[in-house]
Amino acid sequence: MKRLATGGRIDRSKPLTVSFDGKSLPALQGDTLSAAMLAGGVSLVARSFKYHRPRGVFSAGVEEPGAMVHLRDGGRHEPNARATVIEAFDGLVSSSQNAWPNLNFDVGAVNNWASPFLSAGFYYKTFIGPFKHSTKFWMMCETFIRRAAGMGRATHQTDPDTYEKRNAFFDVLVIGGGVAGLSATLSAGRMGAQVMLVEQDFDLGGAVLSDPVGSESESWVSVVRDELLAMENVRLLTRTTAIGAYDGDTYALVERVSDHLKAPQNHQVRQRYWLVHAKRVIMATGAIERPLVFGGNDKPGVMLAGAARSYLNRHAILAGQNVVVATNNNSAYEVAADLSQAGASVQLVDMRVSVADSTQAIARAAGATVVLGHGVLEAKGVKAVNRAIIAPVDVSGRAIGPAKTLKTDLIAISGGWAPAVHLWSQRFGKPVHDKASAGFVAPDNPDCPIQAAGTTAAAASLDEVLTQGFNQGVAAAQAAGFTGDAGEIPVTFDTGPFWQAGLSPAWATFNAKGKCQGKAFVDFQHDVKINDIDQAHLEGYVSVEHLKRYTTLGMATDQGKLANINALSRMAELRGLEIPEVGTTTFRPPFTPTSIGSIVGHEHGRHFRPTRLSPIHHWHVENGAKMTEAGAWMRPWYYPETGEDLRAAYVREAAHVRGHVGMVDVSTLGKIAVQGPDAAEFLNRMYVNGWKTLAVGRLRYGVMLREDGFVMDDGATARLGEHDYFMSTTTVNAAKVLALAEHLLQTAWKDLRVHVTTVTDQWAAIAVAGPKSRALLSAVSDADLSREALPSNHFTKASIGSVEVRIHRMSYSGELAYEVYTPSGFGRHVWETIHAAGKAHNLRPYGTESMGALRIEKGHVAGPELEGRTTMKDLGLEGFASSKKPFVGSVLRKRPVLEDPERPILVGLEIEGEKGAKPGSLLFPADGEAKGHGDGWVSSTTWSPALGCNIAMGLLKNGKSRKGETIRVINFVGGETLTAKVVSHHFFDPKGERQNA
Amino acid sequence: MIRIKCPICGLRNETEFTYGEDANVNRPSMDEQGVQPWVDFVFNRDNPRGWHKEYWHHVQGCRQWVVLERNTLTHEIGNCELARDAKLPPSQASEAAE
Repeated sequence: MKRLATGGRIDRSKPLTVSFDGKSLPALQGDTLSAAMLAGGVSLVARSFKYHRPRGVFSAGVEEPGAMVHLRDGGRHEPNARATVIEAFDGLVSSSQNAWPNLNFDVGAVNNWASPFLSAGFYYKTFIGPFKHSTKFWMMCETFIRRAAGMGRATHQTDPDTYEKRNAFFDVLVIGGGVAGLSATLSAGRMGAQVMLVEQDFDLGGAVLSDPVGSESESWVSVVRDELLAMENVRLLTRTTAIGAYDGDTYALVERVSDHLKAPQNHQVRQRYWLVHAKRVIMATGAIERPLVFGGNDKPGVMLAGAARSYLNRHAILAGQNVVVATNNNSAYEVAADLSQAGASVQLVDMRVSVADSTQAIARAAGATVVLGHGVLEAKGVKAVNRAIIAPVDVSGRAIGPAKTLKTDLIAISGGWAPAVHLWSQRFGKPVHDKASAGFVAPDNPDCPIQAAGTTAAAASLDEVLTQGFNQGVAAAQAAGFTGDAGEIPVTFDTGPFWQAGLSPAWATFNAKGKCQGKAFVDFQHDVKINDIDQAHLEGYVSVEHLKRYTTLGMATDQGKLANINALSRMAELRGLEIPEVGTTTFRPPFTPTSIGSIVGHEHGRHFRPTRLSPIHHWHVENGAKMTEAGAWMRPWYYPETGEDLRAAYVREAAHVRGHVGMVDVSTLGKIAVQGPDAAEFLNRMYVNGWKTLAVGRLRYGVMLREDGFVMDDGATARLGEHDYFMSTTTVNAAKVLALAEHLLQTAWKDLRVHVTTVTDQWAAIAVAGPKSRALLSAVSDADLSREALPSNHFTKASIGSVEVRIHRMSYSGELAYEVYTPSGFGRHVWETIHAAGKAHNLRPYGTESMGALRIEKGHVAGPELEGRTTMKDLGLEGFASSKKPFVGSVLRKRPVLEDPERPILVGLEIEGEKGAKPGSLLFPADGEAKGHGDGWVSSTTWSPALGCNIAMGLLKNGKSRKGETIRVINFVGGETLTAKVVSHHFFDPKGERQNA
Repeated sequence: MIRIKCPICGLRNETEFTYGEDANVNRPSMDEQGVQPWVDFVFNRDNPRGWHKEYWHHVQGCRQWVVLERNTLTHEIGNCELARDAKLPPSQASEAAE
């Protein structure tokens, strides 16, 4: 391995500081990390997943199965980074993974000798059978297995970088910036279509980048690139991978904006996730070279032939001095020629007996030796290849003569090429087998929105790649409605032989007994050997889907990019079938491993969902309120005075409301304007109680059920005008109630002339509660709030601080109370006006915690009781239901199972002792074994300042007849047992005298 | 991601919508007292292979309920119309009741 003095698409004037396991690598601008490793003579890069075998750089692209490293450090640390696609940058730090104590001496390598016991189905076989009645053995072993069978380790630190998402719309999306993709972009762009071209590399050209510098192909690319850059309707995006093709012509791309830098610069994001909607897609994603299968084919020093050429021509790295090029097709001849010309001694071993003279001449003219009818039986060497055993083979790859040994430090292998049809397959299923190229392609269908071009469509020559790309560009633009002139195809050029012609179906080499000699890998990343597939076959696996899962073939991070076709070939051989009959698996997104950060974008932490704020929110914060989340809302939890904790504060606040007056922000309540001539009929159907008699100026409490008869929500609705009602819902159920109302009005109740509109955000609401509330509001407003002028369940218009408000007389706390409604923009002003006037009345604001304490004392149900499993009967609300009219849920609420007298019903619990109950605790009789789910559960709990004890609401079987009984309240999670007395849930002022004062 | 052509708002991402329910069931009339029609309406659904009519709610748009044709096999999206305008086949439940 060495860097040549000339050539390559690298900048020798820009050396970069790059390290691997502490060793400095001679990286240059334009290198990948793997190129820098090869330039620095690093052949051992990683240990394999299962057997901890030494692995080196195998490829030069996204298909890399072996050279995976830990990249960067601190919060930017990234495991399983493929060295072949990491652009070298100044300050790059990388290290080896899955090796202990170090890469060179790895204890885990004992697995290699234990491999006969770690074959396909190891886990299934080992951890069932003798242990099938218990998972204990598995649990005991799991820790060790997980540690040994490893990939990289993720960091626990926070990622310091930002990511973003972007949507875009294009007529044509071209995926792949090689010759086919460039010519497709050119023609579609010339016709006037909006075209986006994405390329995962940092440079355009695709396979051309692996041609020698100064080739005709290189100047072709630069001419086309210049024309594209001048087009305003064409967008070129490099460092961008199309990872997913989804329904609705939606494509996901990940743009690596800053991955080639030590850290993002100028507030740029690290990565950008694009959702692109495109009418047509041209899939010019090229092809991935297939490995040959033989013993030791995974050792450092065995490399894909195309990769060896790529490192040579792109990075000026000669990956070996004594090279064996092993092939079953024509594409390797150019590899042999280029390596020879660069000064390597090359022996080309071709499994085919007859190869055209013109093809052979390519290699021979450059000085390479061509050996026909031979295959590599085994690669030898401990941590790197040093010998290749070759033998004459027949058409099936079986040795038919004596083997000989070649001294070598690089075995470059080519088993043909597999078109990269992943994106098409993600959307449309299984690709079809193409006999000529022995690969899978997308079937011909001109109506399909994804069209393949170039080697992705198994084009047979470079000329065909170019014309096909160009014509697909024209077709895509036409399909998107463009009729402009695409002009002439840019002048073509010649390159070396294409692989497709003359490909031999032999893909593995066996000894005379028909066995691979040594460990021959099919899936390099998951350590699946050819004999694992044989074993699965012997055990009766016939479906490729089962084979995949049983052997874990193709299930590593490379998703079988290298393994799939060879595995299918083996299955076909074993079953005596043709490959198409064996079938293939479907590709799933993403095409390459994708960072979670890019998928999440900015939607994490506080940005995971919108936070809703009451119009009075900032007052609460400025005045020291502790805030709490209620659904998407932030609400004041409690307002601590000096030295108070939650408990002290809410107990004081609740007592203050009963003794004086308090105010609480209830703007988060759902509010729905119900308007139209049939509004009363609509309410009559939605609520269980009757609404036809409600007069203008009055309001009423109501309960709503779901269609299945369970309680959905409760709240008060006021009649503002003849056809104008103002409905309030609980904070959490507002959206559900509105959606149901809209659904019914637009489907089953189309005849009702009613419109529902959410006005939650339009109105601020302030509850003023306590014996002094009338005095306070009478002082601050112009309204007559006397008992006669404004009885319970009436409202009046009034003015507070020169702002028009509506004052509803209703109580949730059980005290004399009012709700003041005002347009949101005036919310804070009205709040502050009341608050200022309240000084004279000893007014205090109170939060949700004390509001909860007050409602529990009164026995009002709330979220913990309205949890979707309770009926009106369970909650003691049955009296509200009208028997004179049908309503949502009126029939199904009477299902026998819901009428069962055994169902737990709402009760009050007085807890003995100083300690309160935890919600969710289970209820058990005073005696007997506490087992199962008990007789019920605790729903809400609080300390009651009014009663001077801990109280709770709960649901208890036969609760009605158990008043006075002492029961146990058991919290199994906390391991606590309390004693409680069953009482009515109307703990405080059961007759409601205080609120009607 | 499927895209839905809302009759009011045009072609929009599915993220603006929420799925409601099977649109082949008809809600019994309000005065229906029998339990079975309501049980069928609330609980009993076919699980068809192929084209299917569904209620979707354009929650983050015009707030209209639409009837969307979706292929349960291929996830293709077909016609989309306002639930208000939709002519739905009578449900099996109401056929049985007749």
